[in-house]
Amino acid sequence: MEDSITNRLDSSEPAIRIRDLVFKRGRKTILDGINMDIPRGSIVAFMGPSGAGKTTILRLISGQLRPNEGTVEVNGQLISSMSDRELRLFRRTFGVLLQDGALFTDLTVFENIATPLREHTSLPETLIRRLVMSKLSAVGLGGIEERMPHELSGGMARRVAFARAVVLDPDIMLYDEPMTGLDPIAVSTIRTLMRDTNDALGLTSLVVTHNVNQMSLLVDYCYIIASSKIAGEGPPAELSISTDPGVDQFMNGKVEGPIPFHYEPPGEPWGLLD
Amino acid sequence: MQEHIPFIQRITGPVNQAGQCLIFLFRMLAGIRFSGSQILAVLQQTYLIGARSLVIIMICGFFVGMVLSLQAINALEQFGASDQVSLLVGKSLFRELGPVLTALLFAGRAGTSITAEIGLMRATNQIEAMELMAIDPIQRIALPRFAASVISVPLLTALFNAMAILGSIVFSIGVMDLDSGIFWSKLQTGIYFEKDFIGGVWKSAVFGGTISLIAVYFGYSAKPTGAGVGTATTNTVVLSSVLVLIFDFIMTSFLT
Ligand SMILES: Nc1ncnc2c1ncn2[C@@H]1O[C@H](COP(=O)(O)OP(=O)(O)OP(=O)(O)O)[C@@H](O)[C@H]1O
Ligand SMILES: [Mg+2]
Repeated sequence: MEDSITNRLDSSEPAIRIRDLVFKRGRKTILDGINMDIPRGSIVAFMGPSGAGKTTILRLISGQLRPNEGTVEVNGQLISSMSDRELRLFRRTFGVLLQDGALFTDLTVFENIATPLREHTSLPETLIRRLVMSKLSAVGLGGIEERMPHELSGGMARRVAFARAVVLDPDIMLYDEPMTGLDPIAVSTIRTLMRDTNDALGLTSLVVTHNVNQMSLLVDYCYIIASSKIAGEGPPAELSISTDPGVDQFMNGKVEGPIPFHYEPPGEPWGLLD
Repeated sequence: MQEHIPFIQRITGPVNQAGQCLIFLFRMLAGIRFSGSQILAVLQQTYLIGARSLVIIMICGFFVGMVLSLQAINALEQFGASDQVSLLVGKSLFRELGPVLTALLFAGRAGTSITAEIGLMRATNQIEAMELMAIDPIQRIALPRFAASVISVPLLTALFNAMAILGSIVFSIGVMDLDSGIFWSKLQTGIYFEKDFIGGVWKSAVFGGTISLIAVYFGYSAKPTGAGVGTATTNTVVLSSVLVLIFDFIMTSFLT
């Protein structure tokens, strides 16, 4: 499976292609007519006001949600029409870093990172051990493998979660607010880690973030999402000098402007099987 | 703030929940593999869940046995039949009180912690993280806890019964000076292993399944907030206790 993916990868073709995507929850349209081409090897940011649908886009790309209209292609494969089974196999393409890391609280750091390996490979224990330790030292945390997640600081937990996300050598990394709630040093550490991993392993990374400064330092390209549409896009340098009123409002944090302060009507009741 | 719920939804809501709960049960059962790691996980949970309930079950069993004997001797004495105490205590214990009280204690002790644990996993995105790793959380989290409960509740019931008999011995023989030979012979001849003891074990397996199904389902579908997990935990105790008593009546009336 690993080989067939690498063979199909064509560097001129975008890693992710989204066409005319519409996503609704009940009668409420969350995303409306989104088009994106995300080139292989790049780091791309999604920014926008709270509730704009940034997390939703990540979930549409990872196949956790399905679009009402339009298509999502990852590595040339149509994610949006895969069966659940195909999707489960395809999930190995992604490494996902959820907000706060989402480490398994009942497992040690070592077992957390080993979980994807144990689940999806039949590697011998010695090799698992070597892989986990190398990922841990790659995030600068060698020697903490026997600790439990509650014994870690927020920044350490985020880095352990990072190691877990990359342990199966994914193609595409999805980060949901990886820097929120961390101190400035931890933020720089994570940022450097994201950039280095992306370039060293030839990944494509998508980042949801609220931090305009860090975004400008990290990414190659940025989409601003507001009112269910792409309100602006471009490299950070261009966006920061943009004269478009919506982009200017967001990049400089102005209250007045075309992007409304978002009011969220109450959501649908939370269902188990949706 | 009480939410206004239309009348029809007061009926369709619970029916819908019950349906979802059954679907959850089938998804759990469909995940049974008998693989090494799964058996290990079940054993681990049996240890955690069983050990967590052990002390409380033993203490309660002992005192229930004592108080049962006390009341039984009081009542039987009036007919000069206080030597029948072990029969009365044994029958009521093995058939009803053992399984039911163990189940109620289990719901309060282990059921709540299962719900809270899984609810917290939901709230901290651990369940989503599993789905993203293509690990089925129902199979990985819910199933071992369910299986472990079905195994441990009958065992705990047996332990409860044993402690209650011990309590009865301490009170009847130790305090009230009844003859220990009569105590044991009445118990031996009057209690049937198949009908009384095994019947109770079956019941308690059903109770264990009921409690843990509700516990894992409520935890899994809890709203991912602190308040949501709290509500789910309360609902687990209330609903599983009520269901245990209802199922007890149904099973007793059909099986005996
Ligand atoms: N499970 C859900 N059920 C119903 N509505 C939902 C659900 N999840 C998200 N929504 C709605 O979808 C919209 C987009 O949510 P999303 O989480 O994508 O926003 P976001 O841009 O990530 O916001 P934030 O920056 O606050 O994380 C919101 O209006 C939200 O109310
Ligand atoms: Mg979000």
